[in-house]
Amino acid sequence: MSTWQILQSHLGEALWETFYMVAISTIVGIVLGGLVGVLLYLTENRLLCPNRAVNAVVGFIVNAIRSIPFLILMVVLIPVAQFFLNDPYTPSGGAIALSVAAVPYFARLSESSFAEVDPGIVEASVSTGATVPQILWGAVFPQARPSLVRGIVIMIISLIGSSAMVGTIGAGGIGDMAIQYGYNRYETGVLAVIVVILIVIVQVVQWFGNRRARKLTH
Amino acid sequence: MSTIELRDIHVTFHEGGKTVEAVKGVNLLALDGEIFGIVGYSGAGKSTLVRTINLLERPTQGQVIIDGEDVTQVRGAKLRELRRTIGFVFQGFNLVGNLTVAQNIQFALKAGGWKRDQWRDRTLELLRLVGLEDRADSYPSGLSGGQKQRVAIARALANNPKILLCDEATSALDLETTEDILALLKRINRELKITIVFITHQLEVAKQVFDHVAVMEQGRIVEQGETFDVFSAPKHPTTKSLVGRFLGISLPSQLIASLPAGELVQLTYRGDDALEPLISDVAIKRGVSINVLHGNVEYFGTRPIGVLIVLISGDAGAVTAALADLKSKVLEFHVLDRAKIAAGATTTEAFADADGADNAGGAVAGHATADRIEAQQAQEEAR
Repeated sequence: MSTWQILQSHLGEALWETFYMVAISTIVGIVLGGLVGVLLYLTENRLLCPNRAVNAVVGFIVNAIRSIPFLILMVVLIPVAQFFLNDPYTPSGGAIALSVAAVPYFARLSESSFAEVDPGIVEASVSTGATVPQILWGAVFPQARPSLVRGIVIMIISLIGSSAMVGTIGAGGIGDMAIQYGYNRYETGVLAVIVVILIVIVQVVQWFGNRRARKLTH
Repeated sequence: MSTIELRDIHVTFHEGGKTVEAVKGVNLLALDGEIFGIVGYSGAGKSTLVRTINLLERPTQGQVIIDGEDVTQVRGAKLRELRRTIGFVFQGFNLVGNLTVAQNIQFALKAGGWKRDQWRDRTLELLRLVGLEDRADSYPSGLSGGQKQRVAIARALANNPKILLCDEATSALDLETTEDILALLKRINRELKITIVFITHQLEVAKQVFDHVAVMEQGRIVEQGETFDVFSAPKHPTTKSLVGRFLGISLPSQLIASLPAGELVQLTYRGDDALEPLISDVAIKRGVSINVLHGNVEYFGTRPIGVLIVLISGDAGAVTAALADLKSKVLEFHVLDRAKIAAGATTTEAFADADGADNAGGAVAGHATADRIEAQQAQEEAR
């Protein structure tokens, strides 16, 4: 098969698999990671829901997961994927591993976005007699939004990178294709095309993210 | 309208093993509908103290009593309800930058339980009150400092509070804007009958709007009373230093060497006492020469306070007699120490030191509170 034929027959599927894994883990990361980030922020803040114990425990779990290198986390999670899926060596299996990594990652990213909000704004909000959810949605969230968008972009790009790794243990995707054809079969052309595609994807994601973040900043 | 009483308030912070006592046993009473000022240098504990009133800072010890009710331990829904009745205006405005002016105000309306269909009218009403009805859809970044503070005031008033707390509310503004904001706050105080507690390090602000003033230093109130009385006859060194600096009276140290012999005296007097005829009377009567070296007059409310530095020279006995004459006619009388001024001390320091450690301030402060409580009781009985 020529380079062109390989690309024609496999690239579409590989791109879809990568998109599938990154999309699922991004959504899980934003939702669950965002919730954990909110929890960390609220329990840290003197005026909101200060709770040193909860903050320490959740912070410890987040750090623990984040301290496992992704390559190892991925292997450790194979039995977990096996529990949920018939075959863990699929894009869905890859999505599970990526999601587990995404949650604590975005938890820290979002926590720092919230923590960047001027404490004076929180003081002023608390002074109006607002409830914690009102403060969170009405003041902290609108103010943190541009920074959250930038955090999401960082997470997506990092997940695209990690998705190549889950590819190596059989989850598929564009990274897997680069290894199988570009590396194992010396198809330098395939490798080159994939590298270019990755560069383009990352640039586009960053560009959209920056534009959105700017629009949200007033 | 509301009365605020703080009883023996202490606030202690623990930071990295260190214990910081920011407020040490403050008693004060802000009466219904007055503008109560707290002045002091930065680090005196003013910001912490004012935050105990709406419990942004919970006192380590002591009681916060609002309209006779002890609210110190109030929590949860009751605390939020209390905070809705207390507006707070900050030095740094603290508006949500990514929300429009109207949205910033609506945040407070939502907190106050206003129905969505009332938001628009109430927002416009508040913006009209602060003179910004055409800026509802602007973002804070497009507003000047003064306009931002007006929005912050509108937000603070959204839920019809009885009390407005101002923490250095004009300190980030230029002089002209400060005057506008003060005029607005004064109007709010009079028209809406809101008790205002205003803290500042600017005597410029104090002299314009405060009915009653407390001077704070190292977590304690060292002197308090009616604004004019406190500033026309300061007793505590901190008050003297604040007033001295504000009145801007100090002689350049180089001047001392060129002055002829004689007594250097600083006189503080009520401006309506007209000191000039007195000075010439004394000069003629005692046969001394009195030269005015420096002078200034400042208005506290509508009443002026003047400060003069004069040089009295002549026959030793005559000078002593002249000094005695002057002393009996002025509020404050201080013989200045030439050596100290020549060494670069301001005249304020020169006379603050001359008084030694004046600890009468504490007693004065306690006394004032007792007097005020009596006054308040009388007020209540009268009703």
